[in-house]
Amino acid sequence: MSVAAATTSYAARRARRAGAAQPPVAVIPGPNDEGVQVSHVTADRAPEALESGRDGPRELVQLLTPEGERREHPDYRCDLDDDAVRGLYRDLVLTRRIDTEATALQRQGELGIWASLLGQEAAQIGSGRALRDQDYVFPTYREHGVAWCRGVDPLRLLGLFRGVDQGGWDPRDSNFHLYTIVIGAQTLHATGYAMGLQRDGAVGTGDPDRDAGVVAYFGDGATSQGDVNEAFIWASVFNAPVVFFCQNNQWAISEPIERQTRIPLYQRALGFGFPGVRVDGNDVLACHAVTAAALQRARDGGGPTFVEAYTYRMGAHTTSDDPTRYRLTEDLENWKLKDPVARVKAYLTRGGLVDDTFLAELEAESDALAERLREACLAMPDPDVLDIFDQVYAEPTDELVRQKGEFAAYLASFEGASA
Amino acid sequence: MTQMTLAKALTNGMRTAMESDPKVLLMGEDVGKLGGVFRVTDGLQKDFGEDRVIDTPLSESGILGTAVGLALRGYRPVCEIQFDGFVYPAYDQIVSQVAKMRFRSLGRLPMPIVIRIPFGGGIGAVEHHSESPEAQFAHTAGLKVVACSNPADAYWMVRQAIASDDPVVFLEPKRRYWEKADVDETATPVPLHSSRVVREGTDVTVLAYGPMVKTSLEAAIAAAEEGTSVEVVDLRTLSPLDMGPVLDSIRKTGRAVVVHEAVVNLGMGAELAARISEDAFHSLESPVLRVGGFDTPYPPSRIEEEYLPDLDRVLDAVDRSCAY
Repeated sequence: MSVAAATTSYAARRARRAGAAQPPVAVIPGPNDEGVQVSHVTADRAPEALESGRDGPRELVQLLTPEGERREHPDYRCDLDDDAVRGLYRDLVLTRRIDTEATALQRQGELGIWASLLGQEAAQIGSGRALRDQDYVFPTYREHGVAWCRGVDPLRLLGLFRGVDQGGWDPRDSNFHLYTIVIGAQTLHATGYAMGLQRDGAVGTGDPDRDAGVVAYFGDGATSQGDVNEAFIWASVFNAPVVFFCQNNQWAISEPIERQTRIPLYQRALGFGFPGVRVDGNDVLACHAVTAAALQRARDGGGPTFVEAYTYRMGAHTTSDDPTRYRLTEDLENWKLKDPVARVKAYLTRGGLVDDTFLAELEAESDALAERLREACLAMPDPDVLDIFDQVYAEPTDELVRQKGEFAAYLASFEGASA
Repeated sequence: MTQMTLAKALTNGMRTAMESDPKVLLMGEDVGKLGGVFRVTDGLQKDFGEDRVIDTPLSESGILGTAVGLALRGYRPVCEIQFDGFVYPAYDQIVSQVAKMRFRSLGRLPMPIVIRIPFGGGIGAVEHHSESPEAQFAHTAGLKVVACSNPADAYWMVRQAIASDDPVVFLEPKRRYWEKADVDETATPVPLHSSRVVREGTDVTVLAYGPMVKTSLEAAIAAAEEGTSVEVVDLRTLSPLDMGPVLDSIRKTGRAVVVHEAVVNLGMGAELAARISEDAFHSLESPVLRVGGFDTPYPPSRIEEEYLPDLDRVLDAVDRSCAY
């Protein structure tokens, strides 16, 4: 299907809704509700210009409370069975363990730095498990949970932070792009990739194995970047199949959300012409449901969606950061009560959906994973400095060949050199 | 063999590339219906459709950033930056993303992107429309940088740049867009990253590229009337440099003058002078001289003819080199 055709079908869908009282762009069909106007999305209400970016989760999509109780929502339903929820819990536990182990490895000098995802596990696992194989992900440098969902060996993530490579996994195998460190740049890559899907006829065909979408991950700080705003414009005007998944963890290193925005972030989507929705980022079920709906909308040719996962960075920005200099312990303590992992455990145990054997096996699996990571990290070899000359261009230039040769000879000139 | 303008040669080169590879896309501001502000993409959207010749939002970082995504999906985007001075909003995407992607992915992710930039002055434009940013890109590992100077090269070089699996900054001498010459679309082209002697001489070597090749050739003709034999090398490729023809020429003449519009400080001339002194020191009869822009921002257009290197300033440097 050509891009023009995809646009036409979108227009046709819009036209079918022309009788609706609200602007048609306001509609984000939930999985349980085809195209009924919903109240929590941006476009059907005027932005309250002076509302604080931190102001309240009152429009939060939530399906599992911090106490572990299920909630119904008019537009989003968790259609996962018990096995799937147990699977999400396993993902959450193992992801947190990867993170804990990596932080420990940094503290022991085995990693140069680590960007912890502590507190953001549900946002990442919920959205990551909504992906299909053919979907594509553009992460920041903190999406360790999404990487887990995509089947990227967490050891490969450590390489970047240990300084042995700049991204050791092959994105073509996992549809999980390399980490992007320049804030927000990847949102444009995601949009371009989504435009490629349109041109490949991989959008809006109705074939669940063919239609694909792209998820661009970024944080609250990134929303101030020009590239992110440009990505919103491009995705909007080209109706690109991309989900902008923003983990609003309240902090851009030391700067609070108020330094990035005067309105709740999800409301910005209105100005760009596509729906925005705020989801409880510590609720894995809600994150899954909302992302699944947004992705399906993208795959169907419905265009971009902005998802604001309202969460909290419970750790430091990175292991080099010291959050005690800029935020209150009280905040952290309040957010600990909304822990994304504990609420799923409470739900599963209270409902009798897991037993002690399950929990013990998971703990053993977690220990084994941590041990493997630790051993493999320490065993990770340094790259060969002479390889860098071969990876700049498709073929090394004459000048690079000369530099490599001279440098090899120089290294070999030292007594006892192995080269 | 057909006579055509440099602009038309570029159009034909891109048309041929698009006909032979459906993954080639053109994207930029006004490149579609209008055919580009210089009409270099004239008629291509009509023939290849809006999905392949994309009128983009006014968003240079967006052009390059989405080109990265399209390249990851297997496309070969040819991005037009409308004017040299407008490339800086895309600088991060070019330098941090396009240039480094292959390297940081351990060679797995090629970036077959062409960044076309009309560059240089001499057309009486307002500010930000007459700049020469080539050294900034030549200084960036992972990018390749070329500059065409005539219609035949324009035709072949743009095709070769599009076929390249490496990102290529493709500099077009905007004040030469309307100059005509014969183009043989059936010829066998020289490689993209090769420099070429375009006028033989024995006394002094003048190294130039882009718009300054014509200026240098005119200077060589004038010098000949005064009895000085000037060899002119069209560098064509700025990164990587093709030092073979340059060094061969200097071993013959013993003298070199580098000519470019860009400011002299840390420009291409500085690198060429260093490389020549490293590799042909004993052949030199005089220091390598540079003729280029002064270390000022590009001036208002009413005085640009005085600012830009011209025939007389090239001859002056040739005289100084010979008199050393």
